[in-house]
Amino acid sequence: AEVEETLKRIQAHRGVVATIVINAEGIPVRTTLDNSTTVQYAGLLHQLTMKARSTVRDIDPQNELTFLRIRSKKHEIMVAPDKEYLLIVIQNPCE
Amino acid sequence: DEWAAAKTLVKPPDQLELTEAELKEEFTRILTANNPHAPQNIIRYSFKERAYKPISYVDQMAIHFSLNGNMILKDSDEGRRQSIRLSTAAEKASVETSAVTSEEAEIKDEESTGDTQAAGEEEAEGSGTAEVAEAAEAEEPPPLRVKEQKLANQFNFIERASRTLNNPMRERACQSEPTPCKNFSATANQWEIYDAYVEELQKMERSKEKEKSKAQIAKREEEKKKGRKLTSLESQSDDITKISKAAKIMERMVNQNTFDDIAQDFKYFEDASDEYRDQQGTLLPLWKFQYDKTKRLAVTAISWNPKYKDLFAVGYGSYDFMKQGQGMLLLYTMKNPSFPEYVFSSESGIMCLDFHYDHPYLVAVGFYDGNVAIYNLKKATSQPSYKSSAKSGKHTEPVWQVKWQKDDMDNNLNFFSVSSDGRIVSWTLIKNELVHTDVIKLSVAGTTMQGPEGLQLQTLGCGTSFDFHKKIDYLFLVGTEEGKIYKCSKCYSSQFLDVFEAHHMAVDSVSWNPYHLKVFISCSSDWTVKIWDHTIKTPMFVYDLNSAVGDVAWSPYSSTVFAAVTTDGKAHVFDLSINKYEALCTQLVVAKKKNKITHIQFNPVYPVVIIGDERGHITSLKLSPNLRRMPKEKKGQEVKKGPEVEIAKLDKLLNLVREPESKA
Repeated sequence: AEVEETLKRIQAHRGVVATIVINAEGIPVRTTLDNSTTVQYAGLLHQLTMKARSTVRDIDPQNELTFLRIRSKKHEIMVAPDKEYLLIVIQNPCE
Repeated sequence: DEWAAAKTLVKPPDQLELTEAELKEEFTRILTANNPHAPQNIIRYSFKERAYKPISYVDQMAIHFSLNGNMILKDSDEGRRQSIRLSTAAEKASVETSAVTSEEAEIKDEESTGDTQAAGEEEAEGSGTAEVAEAAEAEEPPPLRVKEQKLANQFNFIERASRTLNNPMRERACQSEPTPCKNFSATANQWEIYDAYVEELQKMERSKEKEKSKAQIAKREEEKKKGRKLTSLESQSDDITKISKAAKIMERMVNQNTFDDIAQDFKYFEDASDEYRDQQGTLLPLWKFQYDKTKRLAVTAISWNPKYKDLFAVGYGSYDFMKQGQGMLLLYTMKNPSFPEYVFSSESGIMCLDFHYDHPYLVAVGFYDGNVAIYNLKKATSQPSYKSSAKSGKHTEPVWQVKWQKDDMDNNLNFFSVSSDGRIVSWTLIKNELVHTDVIKLSVAGTTMQGPEGLQLQTLGCGTSFDFHKKIDYLFLVGTEEGKIYKCSKCYSSQFLDVFEAHHMAVDSVSWNPYHLKVFISCSSDWTVKIWDHTIKTPMFVYDLNSAVGDVAWSPYSSTVFAAVTTDGKAHVFDLSINKYEALCTQLVVAKKKNKITHIQFNPVYPVVIIGDERGHITSLKLSPNLRRMPKEKKGQEVKKGPEVEIAKLDKLLNLVREPESKA
């Protein structure tokens, strides 16, 4: 579908290392990495996103987490939360 | 012998060998009262000093034998009680015996009453119990009377116990099923509470609605069933579609990362060298938008969306008469330069497009084959929602420009189109159909031909562009292929209000000034750009740009700034308030020989222009500060902002130009 194409485009974009889709329980549904790394990323980022979302909503319940970005020395991890899913993209910003 | 031998010392083989001196050594043994078993080094924790300390004194008492006896101290409470009890018992016994003896004495000697008062008192009783006492006496042995006084009653109660067989015990139990237990845990956060309240509120609202429309219960049930079916289907299908929103945001973020420097430039970069450039400005190239399917198509129209300031539509087609292929309509957003947001394809090349001001999801499009169509962005189809056809009065020549108008009196949407067939047509969307009305036929004055059979035919001019006045509703300008600009009114369908002999070649674009009510600009393939006041027949300003001018556009922020693009790939930006004769910026935007620029548009909010070329590329450029200069206010005066200032600015300039004319 259209979404598939978008995901393909994201994966083919310059600098993108990996794409992972996780469902609401933290189980990876779709990934372009090997299994062990995927599971690791999934578990850790799932918890972090829950915490971030909880923080945002605690401060103002009408607010909502739309995007989470972690920039590290080596790459940037971007997390887009949805109602039931979590889309994670790891990219090299190529600076 | 053995007995004698026993006297001698028998040494066991492992006896200690000691010397004489050692044998004579005296060992003192002291008898102390210490308990050898008592420990000597008890350590206790002292809370006062918060440390472990040895106890100074250890109890040395050792108990060797203890026996619990049953002797009570005479003077203790228990002892006294017991003694009192014994004494009363003895009194009673003595009283009884004395009564008995008195009885006997009475029986023997009726007169002797020389007893104590107690005996006299007891007489009455005594006579009654005489027989009983005698019987008791007879039965009980005398030592009993002395020791214990058994409690006697009238019936001579004796306790006698016996033991029955114990029934064997049998256990009978019943066990019920354990109630199912479940572990439940949750967190109570601010937002969870809020969510719960919102849900409650929604439920209440829904129940209110149900109360209001009870007549439609049957319908509702049906819908619910349908709804349920749908949901079950959805859950079965692949869940990837639900992530579309997140995927979209993610794509934009990824793009932002890749084009990070461009995004930063767009937002923050202000060319500092403009100060040294002496009023010249530059255009900083930002993103480039391209799509592989449009590589062979030329950009024929660009328009910004009135609602979303980063979204713009690009129409693709071909200007070449010989090579006509399909057309495309793409909508890009500046947030995602690598892929268009919406893609529509059509059989005929698109020549022009326009967004509706109030309904920013409706795009009116004019085609090369003379048709017009309306695309609805809210719908997912790639086909237009409404399309004209030969039956419904399409143009016979390419439609060069479309423009939305205000809704007519019946609140129907309508737009105008101009075409080379000389007709300006108004299209109205009535009940999902496009209905056309010819507004004006561009008859070229003075050119009537002799047609067959002696008919006089009026040749029609070919309209190539038009623009509606911002304030005066009925007034609009039409540019033609012959180079004339007609000032027309919607009310008059056969006559023009005015004609301007503008150019020598086709007028590619006319545009009213967004601020000044009288000024408009026109550009043509005769290499010139002219600025007019519509009350005066001759142009105010004329600029020769050395190459066919493809498009010209006023800037939205200043009444004196406009930009023009020429087919040699250059973009020219003028600011009349700074330099009336020359462009502030002339910059090569695309490769000179291979590519021609076709259109330019200013972004209504950001200082960005987008330029489309013949290869299907869109380049976005940022205007340097020199090109956006606002007039400096004199010291002491308030900074006036707003359209009046702009109008006044332009007026001043025009007056300068007009004066010599009026004099002449």
